[in-house]
Amino acid sequence: MNISYQPEIFEFNTEQCLKVKKILACYPQDRKASAVLPLLDLAQRQSGGWLPRAAMDHVAEILEMAKIRVYEVATFYTMFNLEPVGEHVVQICTTTPCELRGAGSIMKTVREEIGVGPGETSKDGKFTLLEVECLGACVNAPMMQIGDYYYEDLDEISTRKILQAFRRGETPDPGPQNGRKGSEPVEGLTTLTHLTRG
Amino acid sequence: MLQDKDRIFTNLYGFQDWGIEGARKRGDWSGTRELIDKGRDWICEEIKSSGLRGRGGAGFPTGVKWTFMPKEPTGQPHYLVVNADEGEPGTCKDRDMMRNDPHKLVEGCLLAGAGMGANAAYIYIRGEFYTEAEHLQTAIEQAYNAGLLGKNACGSGMEFDVYLHRGAGAYICGEEMALIESLEGKKGQPRLKPPFPAMMGLYGCPTTVNNVETIAVVPTILRRGAGWFSSFGRENNTGTKVFCISGHVNHPCNVEESLSIPLKELIEKHAGGVRGGWDNLKAIIPGGSSVPMLPKTICEEVLMDYDSLREQHSGLGTAAVIVMDKSTDLVAAIARLSKFYKHESCGQCTPCREGTGWMWRVMERLVTGDAEIEEIDMLLEVSKQIEGHTICALGDAAAWPIQGLMRHFRDEVENRIRTKSRENFKAA
Repeated sequence: MNISYQPEIFEFNTEQCLKVKKILACYPQDRKASAVLPLLDLAQRQSGGWLPRAAMDHVAEILEMAKIRVYEVATFYTMFNLEPVGEHVVQICTTTPCELRGAGSIMKTVREEIGVGPGETSKDGKFTLLEVECLGACVNAPMMQIGDYYYEDLDEISTRKILQAFRRGETPDPGPQNGRKGSEPVEGLTTLTHLTRG
Repeated sequence: MLQDKDRIFTNLYGFQDWGIEGARKRGDWSGTRELIDKGRDWICEEIKSSGLRGRGGAGFPTGVKWTFMPKEPTGQPHYLVVNADEGEPGTCKDRDMMRNDPHKLVEGCLLAGAGMGANAAYIYIRGEFYTEAEHLQTAIEQAYNAGLLGKNACGSGMEFDVYLHRGAGAYICGEEMALIESLEGKKGQPRLKPPFPAMMGLYGCPTTVNNVETIAVVPTILRRGAGWFSSFGRENNTGTKVFCISGHVNHPCNVEESLSIPLKELIEKHAGGVRGGWDNLKAIIPGGSSVPMLPKTICEEVLMDYDSLREQHSGLGTAAVIVMDKSTDLVAAIARLSKFYKHESCGQCTPCREGTGWMWRVMERLVTGDAEIEEIDMLLEVSKQIEGHTICALGDAAAWPIQGLMRHFRDEVENRIRTKSRENFKAA
């Protein structure tokens, strides 16, 4: 591992410290280790989307866990990035339900648009591209996750638009890009028709 | 067809307010205290006679499962753990319940907790569901502020807490023992059973793990009665169910329907039919990626419930219907699932750790036809050696899609190998 980018120290900022307290209150006092996933998530958010070693060590200290136990967890779960990432992490689901609806062409479009392949970060540092397994939005396939949000019912045009908006510093509206709400059938409701919208 | 007045998830698509005001308008949190007052035995009996079976895949009778919990306080906390780690390819129903109707789940936790004698519930939601977690957290806070949870939940005198716990990206944590390990702050590697969680679960305490949908339907069943719920579907397969219809249909969607609805009717009525018409259908995976696929001939007749799909050597699973039309390369579709299972194996048991990767590599060669005919039998043999020889069901889940492919479409795989070997022969 290239360690040149590893910061020497990490500490939760004041705002995060309050969240840590709130999280710890969810578990029995002698079961602090339960908070390891939420605390690593906080640490990753504070560190710009990745988990430096110093952050894992800090979490280990707070939770009174052996460091190795925290490393073990951090390497087991896919949402933790152990190396620096771009400003926006773009995750494209290519598992079968998305694949059947054209995830391959979405992947191709994204690669063209940001100029790098899966596992890489664009030269301008704006985007990191990841190919991921099922994100659980299968009836809205194909889809991608950017940051915390899902962009669904994609085609080539909407995919490009979304990425270009992010590049301009905007945050486009997440959700289905074909005009439907959630998981309703796109050509009109077959159930719950008596309920008014809004 | 199920009528709207009998649908439980009346905000499935999120047209209305998901917060407590909207939830109350839809009937949630009404008379909750009276239901708790009827007592633990009444709740369990009612759920038993409703015929509710687990909606996460295994289909175990829910009321029976709750009675495995200790009858008397044991001096340690008793837990309900809700499995919201939805990740079975094809499945996206719990997501809609959590983002659009989170109070159904929160109220369900309280009532199920009363039914099994639990003191607290942890909802383990997959980490990627960020918006869903936000809505659920808000719903929990709203319930506390309204006195519906906490020291004197709904004024019933019962103390009950609900906590939300976010995962961090691991399919295996949808397995109940892996989920418990993960909740304890460890890698999500399943524990051997026994001891079963009802004796030694979370923190070594009595625990029941239930799927989101299973818990979210509980309040409505208790309010409207077991007889109402069991009037839908067939005997032993009762109730309503949220189906996810994805793949090659005209209008992919989630929809709540009666169990035992014919598969063809489900697709034609709600998903706008198969792309290019019913005759363009090739195969369907009826219950999420883990269950074996069915060819068109079986899809014509089969009912969407536990027993009829089992009779066809498949399963209802999570009721995630993945439709594949004639343009589909079925071998590639299954090879992609093999890659999924290889990626998601936790690495604990050798047959799964080594076997999922081995099967995927063979499947990739079958996609191009670069294989020998005998390798099909070898692949099936290996799949049988993985199935049933691992701590959890991920090994089985990796084996079944391949077995389903070979059961119904072996000809296609063989033809591809023959064509390829003829091409190779000509080229030489």
